Amino acid sequence: MAEMLEIRWHGRGGQGAKTAALLLAEAAAAVGKYVQAFPEYGPERMGAPVVSYNRISDKPITIHSAVQFPRFVAVLDPSFIGAIDFTAGIPKSGVLLINSSDSSNVIRQRMQLRCDTIKVYTLDASQISQATIGRPIPNTPMLGAMVAATGIMGIEELLLDTRNRLEKKFRGRPELIEGNMVAITQAYEEVQRQ
Amino acid sequence: MTPSSQTKNLLKVHQVIDPEIEPNAGWGDLPIGGVIPQGGTARQFATGDWRTIRPVWSKEKCINCHRCWLYCPDISWISQDGKIQGVDLTFCKGCGICANVCPAKVHAIEMHPEDDFKSNEAAKEE
Amino acid sequence: MAMALEAQKTTALTGNEAAATALRQIEPDVVAAYPITPQTEIVQLFSTFVSDGLVKTEFAAVESEHSAMSATIGAAAAGARAMTATSSNGLAFMWEMLYIAAGLRIPIVMPVVNRALSAPINIHCDHSDTMGARDAGWIQIYSENAQEMYDNLIQAVRIAEHPEVLLPIMVTIDGFIISHGMENVELLQDQVVRDFVGEYHFPYPLLDIEHPKTIGPLTLQDFYFEHKREQAEAMQRSKAVITVIADDFARLSGRQYGFVECYKMKGAKYALVVLGSTAGTAKYVVDELRQEGEQCGLVKIRVFRPFPGPELCKALADIKAVGIMDRSDSFSTQGGPVFAETKAALYQASNQPKCVNYIYGLGGRDIEPSLIRQAFMEVKDLATSNAVGGGIRHLGVRE
Repeated sequence: MAEMLEIRWHGRGGQGAKTAALLLAEAAAAVGKYVQAFPEYGPERMGAPVVSYNRISDKPITIHSAVQFPRFVAVLDPSFIGAIDFTAGIPKSGVLLINSSDSSNVIRQRMQLRCDTIKVYTLDASQISQATIGRPIPNTPMLGAMVAATGIMGIEELLLDTRNRLEKKFRGRPELIEGNMVAITQAYEEVQRQ
Repeated sequence: MTPSSQTKNLLKVHQVIDPEIEPNAGWGDLPIGGVIPQGGTARQFATGDWRTIRPVWSKEKCINCHRCWLYCPDISWISQDGKIQGVDLTFCKGCGICANVCPAKVHAIEMHPEDDFKSNEAAKEE
Repeated sequence: MAMALEAQKTTALTGNEAAATALRQIEPDVVAAYPITPQTEIVQLFSTFVSDGLVKTEFAAVESEHSAMSATIGAAAAGARAMTATSSNGLAFMWEMLYIAAGLRIPIVMPVVNRALSAPINIHCDHSDTMGARDAGWIQIYSENAQEMYDNLIQAVRIAEHPEVLLPIMVTIDGFIISHGMENVELLQDQVVRDFVGEYHFPYPLLDIEHPKTIGPLTLQDFYFEHKREQAEAMQRSKAVITVIADDFARLSGRQYGFVECYKMKGAKYALVVLGSTAGTAKYVVDELRQEGEQCGLVKIRVFRPFPGPELCKALADIKAVGIMDRSDSFSTQGGPVFAETKAALYQASNQPKCVNYIYGLGGRDIEPSLIRQAFMEVKDLATSNAVGGGIRHLGVRE
């Protein structure tokens, strides 16, 4: 990975946009990358739009200003389509990952996305999450999708790191840990398919 | 690092319980932080000379209720073996609270002007 | 004493998590806590360490920051290693107690997460809080990132408690930018930190009833001045101690700290002076500019109190023009605090570069690389032209 990757996550409060950024950073750090993860703060309540960011690099990251031109943008809430411009700053080589049951062509139309070079991946992260973890919180599958899209690490490394982390949190609830593993894998494979 | 005057001051404090601080001591000779390295030093600062009236106590009238001793904002009323012994004027500022709380029917304390005692004390000194 | 480089654990933590981790490893006897954004997580995380039994610290949840500092001073004077943390108006609320802590020579270490002072109310980063307290007699150490916060807190305990110093220390990180931003952090092992900070020894503990004493008496016109003169001397002596402790820490961690950090200053003709997280962004810009052939560098101030006058003069000895960046304003009309103090130090220097003040980032206004590049280019112009320095520019404000 020659360049520094910059990533932006969009979600609503409670969907885990902030946590997704933190989890990605922790996973990348565990495989020896230099990382940053930070949220943008505004009025804090369930349902309010939340934006968070990552920087990931093979070299130490010293910059501390806002991410202006993220190459990868993840959208955790499909209601943002047509409502907010989450493509701000994205370069022509950019990649969008959208939590939606629609196909990427339909999304492109709904967004009126003119730029053909921007890649659009879609996956129904909420549904994956509901089926595997029992709650429609899309951030874990979206994490798998982001790793597939950015290629910062292999799926096995991500699964191992996530398992280590969740084992502390969900001690005594192995079904949640396994559910997360399946969610991540499904999302990862879905992006790889597209 | 060679010890500075500060470190020497720290050593001074722990060795000497009753250091004399000269009125013209330099900044290097004082315990740091304004610490007074002794207990009960307020006893050395007589505030009684602020007084303009003083309590006069009648032993005969006193019923030893100890209200004067209790309500004195300082430590001027002396009690021993459960009995009031009198007033130590070293710290008494003449606030008059003792006379005020002494029960009206008892009236064992009266406040008198300091001037009344000056000529007597001057006479005693001669 | 030769110390081997200790094995460290690489992890990813936010600035607040790094601070709380340092506190856990230091394991003070007392932590007094009052919440304020963006510091709250430090004491909140620490409280979970207490309730999980990871530390035996006495955790006192008090009713205000004034009480937090009062309790910390009382505990430290009693003979306990005591800490608290705050930001912004919380620091302002304990203002009188800051002076008292320093005047009583109580060695407290306090994380301060930099946040703008009201009014208007703003929860984001600028340095108005700690700059506003720069005369209180505290040592002030500014951290660029989460790693520095962790390292600085551990060193601060030794500096504050050193018998040649006995002054309280505030260690800062930028609010939200660093406090809530996750970065790579290398952690020392618990025992290594424990050994490094050692046992707390306050020379006048109130609980030492074998040696009764009074702390905090009145002094009048006859002695106050001498006490303050001694306090000034302690701040002067702290410079040597800061260096000794930094060298000790470097032997453990491999990370060397000083009063200032010179970044690509070799051969530089013009430079910026900056504190905090912006130094990181500025380093990124210096790298780009240097690749383009520019002769620029950066001087980051780490220790603001005691003010590193001689160190700055030395760092700027070959510089023709310098932009001095302030993330606060003292409303003196003569520029911000870093500008004023740097110029004061340069007044006696043999080389006096042209100076310009950049007030930036107030209330968390983002300071992006393009703005820093603009500042560098303006300073370069100043260096290479006949223009006179001394201006005050507000970098990033909408006119």
